[in-house]
Amino acid sequence: MMTPQRQRILLSHRSTPALKPHVRLQYDKVRQAWALLSPEKVFWPDDVSLDILRLCDGTHSVTRILEELSMQYDAPIEEITADVETFLQDWSDRSLVAL
Amino acid sequence: MSETVLPPIGMLAELTHRCPLQCAYCSNPLELLKANREMATQDWLSLFDQAADLGVLQIHLSGGEPTLRPDLETLVDRLSERGVYTNLITAGVGIREGRIDDLAQAGLDHVQISFQGALASTTEKIGNYRDAHIKKIETARKVRAAGLPLTINAPIHRHNIDEIPAFIDLALELDAERLEIANVQYAGWALLNRNSLMPDRASVERQVNVVREAQERLHGILAIDFVTPDYFAIYPKPCMGGWARDAFMVAPDGTVLPCHAAGTIPGLVFERFGEKSLADIWHGSPAFNAFRGTDWMAEPCRTCDRKEIDWGGCRCQAMAIAGNAAVTDPACIKSPLHARMAGLIEEATTSGHDAFHYRRIGSGVTNHTHNAAETVES
Repeated sequence: MMTPQRQRILLSHRSTPALKPHVRLQYDKVRQAWALLSPEKVFWPDDVSLDILRLCDGTHSVTRILEELSMQYDAPIEEITADVETFLQDWSDRSLVAL
Repeated sequence: MSETVLPPIGMLAELTHRCPLQCAYCSNPLELLKANREMATQDWLSLFDQAADLGVLQIHLSGGEPTLRPDLETLVDRLSERGVYTNLITAGVGIREGRIDDLAQAGLDHVQISFQGALASTTEKIGNYRDAHIKKIETARKVRAAGLPLTINAPIHRHNIDEIPAFIDLALELDAERLEIANVQYAGWALLNRNSLMPDRASVERQVNVVREAQERLHGILAIDFVTPDYFAIYPKPCMGGWARDAFMVAPDGTVLPCHAAGTIPGLVFERFGEKSLADIWHGSPAFNAFRGTDWMAEPCRTCDRKEIDWGGCRCQAMAIAGNAAVTDPACIKSPLHARMAGLIEEATTSGHDAFHYRRIGSGVTNHTHNAAETVES
């Protein structure tokens, strides 16, 4: 069997996550909710997910995202780091976010 | 009807029944519509506008072969303007130079290309189209070159079930993001050809292991979606995620249906877009309300804790196998008719039948009288 040329991308704090070009976050007026549109699925991110996804703009590094969220939620960085990292790695694995 | 009807999320638009391929597992109905029955551009545009207003977020542009419609760019352009996510489902053959770029320019979001085999000879045999494989590969490369994400769709049956590792290699080689290993659903042409398509149990078990191993090994590299073969399952598929629950389809002539094969259920009348608005059909059509939600269910579904997971399974399969669209899908182990599935597998795999009744306009309708004469040896 052929060895895959592509590698799984692993998160680092220098990563600057961005939504993949074919993934769109848009407000759905009919349901009055934010929808994330991707090739075969529609996701309905909750408020916390939305706050993370909005910072996935390709300019914020993971370090900056953590700082930003720490301020928004008034929580120490150490407390939110693991959850945010897991979220970003998972969304990268599902090909929704580029790291 | 006591259930609340939510707005639909997805729509499958079968723009045409015309197709260069003749796959014996096609999900289109046996009575294929000719080009002169297809809706005009303006009607599709107006339907898409109403769909967007109604809450549809994703439209799968399919067929037949959707690129046979010269107005495809116009349709994509309008959907893109309305913020609707567009997915082109194509056979990937006979597409003129530059067309993929034009579609990307019009705002197309994603492309799915079907491969009938992972090997050129299989692809040619199943689709009955010379050089199909190399043409599909060329189209896949153009899709990636245009910056569009790609899904490879592999419809699986007896003749290609051993090619799964090669399908995985192909998807990686073509830089696809997703691979759909989709065991054929026995409706439409696939039901007609069931004895020539059904794999045996040992192959299905091998397949499950290969897919599970690959999903693990390629986690974060290639997404592999696995549509399991429900004849071998213990629970049915939640067909369409529930009848008329969040998705529907439209036939080339504008007939609005809850699913591909809904036309095989006697007694249901399906309305055409234009005669009624899409909202009227979605909310008020007796055919849409016939199996919506859970109120229609009898036992064993009615008291089953999976009733809002499986939604009773597939109504068309209940019709085809149990002779009654309102009973539990016999694919479910709780169905009193579940043993029929094993019987049908046995019948198919010992039938010695390997020839296809190829999908062609006109040939499905004449099947019942000319079965032997119409059959093409594979």
